[in-house]
Amino acid sequence: MLLLILTVFVGAPLAAWVARFGRIQSAWAAGLVTIVAVLQLITLMPAVFEGETLIHQWDWMPRAGLNLSFRLDGLGLLFALLILGIGLLVILYARYYLAARDCMGRFYAYLLLFMGAMLGIVLSENIIQLLVFWELTSLTSFLLISYWQERADARQGARMALAVTGAGGLAMLGGFVLLGHIVGSYELSVILQSGDVIRAHPLYLPTLVLILLGAFTKSAQFPFHFWLPNAMSAPTPVSAYLHSATMVKAGVFLLARLFPALSGTPEWSALVGGAGLATLLVGAVFALFKHDLKGLLAYSTISHLGLITLLFGIGTPLAAVAGVFHIINHAIFKASLFMAAGIIDHETGSRDMRRINGLWKYMPHTAMLAMVAAAAMAGVPLLNGFLSKEMFFAEAVSASTHLRLGWLLPATVTVAGVFAVAYSFRFIHDVFFNGEPVDLPKSPHEPPRWMKVPVEMLVALCLLVGILPALTVEPLLTLASSGMLNQPVPDFDLALWHGFNIALAMSVVALVGGGLLYVARQPLFELHDRFEHRLQAKPLFDRTIGGVLGAAGAITRALDTGSLQRLVALFVAFAAVLGISGFVASDSPLTGPRDLLPVDGISLLAAGGLAAAALATVIMHRQRLVSLILIGVVGLVVSLVFVKFSAPDLALTQLSVEVVTIVLLLLALYFLPRRQQPDSHPGHRARDVVLSVVAGGGVAALAWAVLTRPYDTIADFFLANSVPGGGGTNVVNVILVDFRGYDTLGEITVLALAALGIFAMLEGLHLKGPTRDDEGRPWSPDMHPPVMASLTRLLLPLALLVSAFIFLRGHNQPGGGFIAGLVTAVALIMQYLANGVAWTQSRLPANMHPVLAMGLLVATLTGLASWLFGHPFLTSTYTYLYWPLVGKFEVASAMVFDLGVYLVVVGATLLILIHLGLMHSASHQAPADTGDYR
Amino acid sequence: MNHLVVAPVLLPLLAAIGLLLMRPLPLGVRRALSAGAVAAQAALAVMLLAATRDGTIMTYALGDWPAPFGIILVADALAAWMVVITTVLALTAVLYASRGDDGSGRHFHVLFQLQLFGLNGAFLTGDLFNLFVFFEILLLASYGLLLHGGGPLRTRGGLHFVVLNLAGSTLFLFAVGTLYGVLGTLNMAHLARRMASVGPDDAGLVQAAGLLLFGVFALKAALLPVYLWLPRAYAHTSAPVAALFAIMTKVGAYSILRLDTLIFGAAGGASAHLLAPWLLPLALATAVVGMLGVAGGTLLRRQVAYLVVASVGFLLTAVGLGSVEGIAAGLYYLPHSTFAAAALFLLADSIASRRGALADHLVPGGAMSDPRLLGALFLVAAVLIAGLPPLSGFVGKFLILQAALGHPALPWVMAVLLGTSLLAVIALARSGSVLFYRAELVAAPPGEDQGRGAMGRLGRELAPAVALLLLCGALVAWAGAAHEHTHGMALQLMNPELYMEAVLGPASRSGP
Repeated sequence: MLLLILTVFVGAPLAAWVARFGRIQSAWAAGLVTIVAVLQLITLMPAVFEGETLIHQWDWMPRAGLNLSFRLDGLGLLFALLILGIGLLVILYARYYLAARDCMGRFYAYLLLFMGAMLGIVLSENIIQLLVFWELTSLTSFLLISYWQERADARQGARMALAVTGAGGLAMLGGFVLLGHIVGSYELSVILQSGDVIRAHPLYLPTLVLILLGAFTKSAQFPFHFWLPNAMSAPTPVSAYLHSATMVKAGVFLLARLFPALSGTPEWSALVGGAGLATLLVGAVFALFKHDLKGLLAYSTISHLGLITLLFGIGTPLAAVAGVFHIINHAIFKASLFMAAGIIDHETGSRDMRRINGLWKYMPHTAMLAMVAAAAMAGVPLLNGFLSKEMFFAEAVSASTHLRLGWLLPATVTVAGVFAVAYSFRFIHDVFFNGEPVDLPKSPHEPPRWMKVPVEMLVALCLLVGILPALTVEPLLTLASSGMLNQPVPDFDLALWHGFNIALAMSVVALVGGGLLYVARQPLFELHDRFEHRLQAKPLFDRTIGGVLGAAGAITRALDTGSLQRLVALFVAFAAVLGISGFVASDSPLTGPRDLLPVDGISLLAAGGLAAAALATVIMHRQRLVSLILIGVVGLVVSLVFVKFSAPDLALTQLSVEVVTIVLLLLALYFLPRRQQPDSHPGHRARDVVLSVVAGGGVAALAWAVLTRPYDTIADFFLANSVPGGGGTNVVNVILVDFRGYDTLGEITVLALAALGIFAMLEGLHLKGPTRDDEGRPWSPDMHPPVMASLTRLLLPLALLVSAFIFLRGHNQPGGGFIAGLVTAVALIMQYLANGVAWTQSRLPANMHPVLAMGLLVATLTGLASWLFGHPFLTSTYTYLYWPLVGKFEVASAMVFDLGVYLVVVGATLLILIHLGLMHSASHQAPADTGDYR
Repeated sequence: MNHLVVAPVLLPLLAAIGLLLMRPLPLGVRRALSAGAVAAQAALAVMLLAATRDGTIMTYALGDWPAPFGIILVADALAAWMVVITTVLALTAVLYASRGDDGSGRHFHVLFQLQLFGLNGAFLTGDLFNLFVFFEILLLASYGLLLHGGGPLRTRGGLHFVVLNLAGSTLFLFAVGTLYGVLGTLNMAHLARRMASVGPDDAGLVQAAGLLLFGVFALKAALLPVYLWLPRAYAHTSAPVAALFAIMTKVGAYSILRLDTLIFGAAGGASAHLLAPWLLPLALATAVVGMLGVAGGTLLRRQVAYLVVASVGFLLTAVGLGSVEGIAAGLYYLPHSTFAAAALFLLADSIASRRGALADHLVPGGAMSDPRLLGALFLVAAVLIAGLPPLSGFVGKFLILQAALGHPALPWVMAVLLGTSLLAVIALARSGSVLFYRAELVAAPPGEDQGRGAMGRLGRELAPAVALLLLCGALVAWAGAAHEHTHGMALQLMNPELYMEAVLGPASRSGP
């Protein structure tokens, strides 16, 4: 069976590919593929006729209960035959239907894809796999409806069909997951045996509703029926195939498939029966009023689908058998009617029944075929539609006996039957008689011989089944019913004559009433025209979808305003909520048990200064220079705090970082626009005040809580192992280059990245710096005062010496590569500041990229070197050397790593500085000697 | 000691250094080196996956310092899975970039490699502070990449990204500092082991720190309410960068998963399941706002960016279910959503570049070459990401639904998952219809052989996107094996003692 489905799926691209050799070849290929598939099905048939249920299974996701499993029983076989048989006829028909400018390859490829998906539905054993194919039919149907993509109605109809059936499919997925949960398996053979478990389960109702949503949307049941008429903008072969014979039958197929598992409850009867009855009536009534030939057929299809659904809703085995029978009959006569309608459309250029009249004269052969099929649709005796309609009437009557107000059911059904006869009559009379054609684009004539063959075959079937049911359809129907019911099939009798009974009376009433209704149609038409605009589902649907999309857009725009302030405010608020709720969830005290140190005046002063400087930064933030200096104060106080707590390394680092960042910020400040932003909205300011108080208070509380708790960390290990393991007495440095050297490697990469990022960003950026200060005075032309220039030149060697010293002693005393790098950078920055970028550039190698790269490389290679000795990355070693004069000293491999750190710090700082400085000079004077420093 | 653990981290770093040193060489050489380095990383990642497949948790003590004192790298199944996804994704992105996007600014390949350094490092580290360091690397590298090529919209989105993430880094430090102050360690396994013995007096602090960490990771993952930085940043950056960034939000999701299972997992003592009340509601809400953004979008790339938001919502919904099945479903969904979003970003770029001034505005009209081929690929990608059968998006959503059975939030999960899928179908059908059905055909060879000609001409352009779609196809074809693997991963994660033992050795009676 897998092979069977694969044949069709593989055939699809084949049909598209073959099209390059000619349009007709594509049709041949599609036909051949279908014939091969039919042959494969035939080889499987004997076993099924012997009563076997063939199940072929392959593991796919066994843990999730998803298997590739196929099932062929009577029901599946019946549907597979319908799909392939009618498919073959449609392929033949479409070959003549499609115009020269239509792309045949694409059409047949989509059609075969659809056929494969449809076969997948009816041959699936695993319901999730069934759902996969189910949604595939929605997708391929989208492609087929929108085949004439240049037409707006085709696009809209396709999207509507996709939205409605896609929604139903998703609901069904939910239902199937629940069903699998209830039963414990997704395999039909298990599910069909577990009807009692399912019906007794508390989740039965949600499961049923979700599954029915899927079935009803697919089978165009009221109130989801509206997509089907709108899908009529598809090419007629598609309408004949998808929207009458097969796809819309998937919904009723599912009802049949799950009949043993889900039916037999009041909920089932109410939902399925109710939907079916409403659809039956609504479809029949609307069909009468459609002037569009295909519109009439579409509503008639809806009505017949309602009829089938109602039969399943009645819930007795016999009714279900009647449902299956009507599925067969409807597929046959409706496909032929659509094809006839397509021929008429094709040969007259119109589908409007007010214009196409009297075609009997022009195409008698086609007219004959269409009339027989329409009579079958009306339920005229000797045709197949009569038989199943008779059964339907009988079932409606017998079901009504159990119901309160039961007579309503047969009555409603009869009314629907009256309308069905009336619209069938209209189809025949309006199109083929009723005077002369009005203003047709083409003069009507008979179609090509072979275009009629599919219709002829289907109409012949109508007659055969209608006259000799026992010989033709009965074995298949019995087989399909047994596959569906999962129990012995009840006795049914397909005879033409059942004697005088209520069902016959209903048929007679329907036929006579329908005829009378048609005769008296004119007042009804006027009534309908007056109310038609209120009954249109499409505008409502469009409004709904438009409303949903519009609302989505409005919500999104309201949330996503592109305001940075809002982003940050949300984040701070989120963090505050998280932190506070985390803390208050348990009743931990805020203050820990640790004894507090006495407060001394200097610390208090420093803390006060820190707070004051921070506050002043916020208040003065509009005066950028002032606030920058104030930030500097904050940094200085912090480094003093480090000194106070005996962390000289940190203090040194903080100090030099402070210097470098302030210088860089000053440079950047120069380019900021001078225009002052208006003050924020007062509401925003209030929000920001609250947020910052909460966030600041929260952080203070957090720090307080942590600092008042006893300190029990792994730090003792570092203190104990710094000398024996790391070979250095400066634990901070040993942590940086050894214990956590990997972090440092990462951090210098961050630094390098910052430099590269800034470089890349400045590249090609032309900013205009101001030429005057805030008060309108021009900038001093004396850019490089000589006193400063000479002083800094003198200082340079000294500063470099200091940095070398700091670097070398780093492992044992406060210092290290990071601080040394910053000191070097500061020394060089001073040269740039005092002497100008161009002057300095000409004396110092300006390209800092290799320095950066070398720094990273040295650090990484030092780490890799330990691989040679069989140790992990970044393992360090040290030894003692004795040099004359210098004496005994220690050499640690970590110092090489530190050298890398040093290089990266110098390289990154200068790279940023030089490029900001270059932009600075470029904005001041004509670009003169910038050269290629990149 | 197996250097394989550290190799995926060191290789991109060395490649970046090499590329930086090779600046004078022609772009072609650097491209080849960059792509080669990514391919080698992918190979290493696959080896790592193979080595951890049987449940082995490999550790690597940097500097030979024992845990918890030194920094430990840990390669468990999850870390290997993430590294594989990252490197494979990166391979397609670098190939796409090598068509010319890499030349529109400086240092593309250096930044790209360092971004991978950050990603692989973040996935493989077993140390919380080291994770912070790699987050910084990621932040800086992605900032550089986001701005690559320049332009005002790009700069604006990038600025928002960097400011917000710097705020996030600060919060990260607060949280790590608090945890260190109370628990006295930074090693994640050690933190986890010490969680059991946190007394009631300290529980509040630990929980506050834990939730602050969650806040940071939520920001990285773009979870509601801190997702708004993503749509603009992703929509306006260059296509290969956007494609690579499909994994960036997953770093946040990964970190949440680690936090949720290892430190605040079942063995978390008083703070066990700390994130549970937050994760599922926020994730579901994220999926909804993300999909609303898709439905309301007027720009294709913005739509795709919102799809990334929504996919994080689905992923964390799965994680938030808190069961083995949920995590297994999420870990299946993760590569799918990453690859599909990346493919869509690449396709959106191809589409936008063909529509002239209309670019990716979702308005009809405009001429477009090759609409059939692009339309077909778009259809496949849209089906993927909307979660329609038969592709991996469907399998992922099905697994999440299945995992939600029995969870009290089942109706919510089902409603959100199915409802947002419908929204996605409607929105993407509209986009596709506007873009492809209403385009004027332009200068394409007439007749049926347009498809073939287009394939030949566009092979290089579309190969990366096609490769990503094929990867999703492989996730379907071998769904059984993939699900089996993610299930094993989830089991490993839900038993954090395995991780602790691998890093610290068996727990002693008194605890270390």
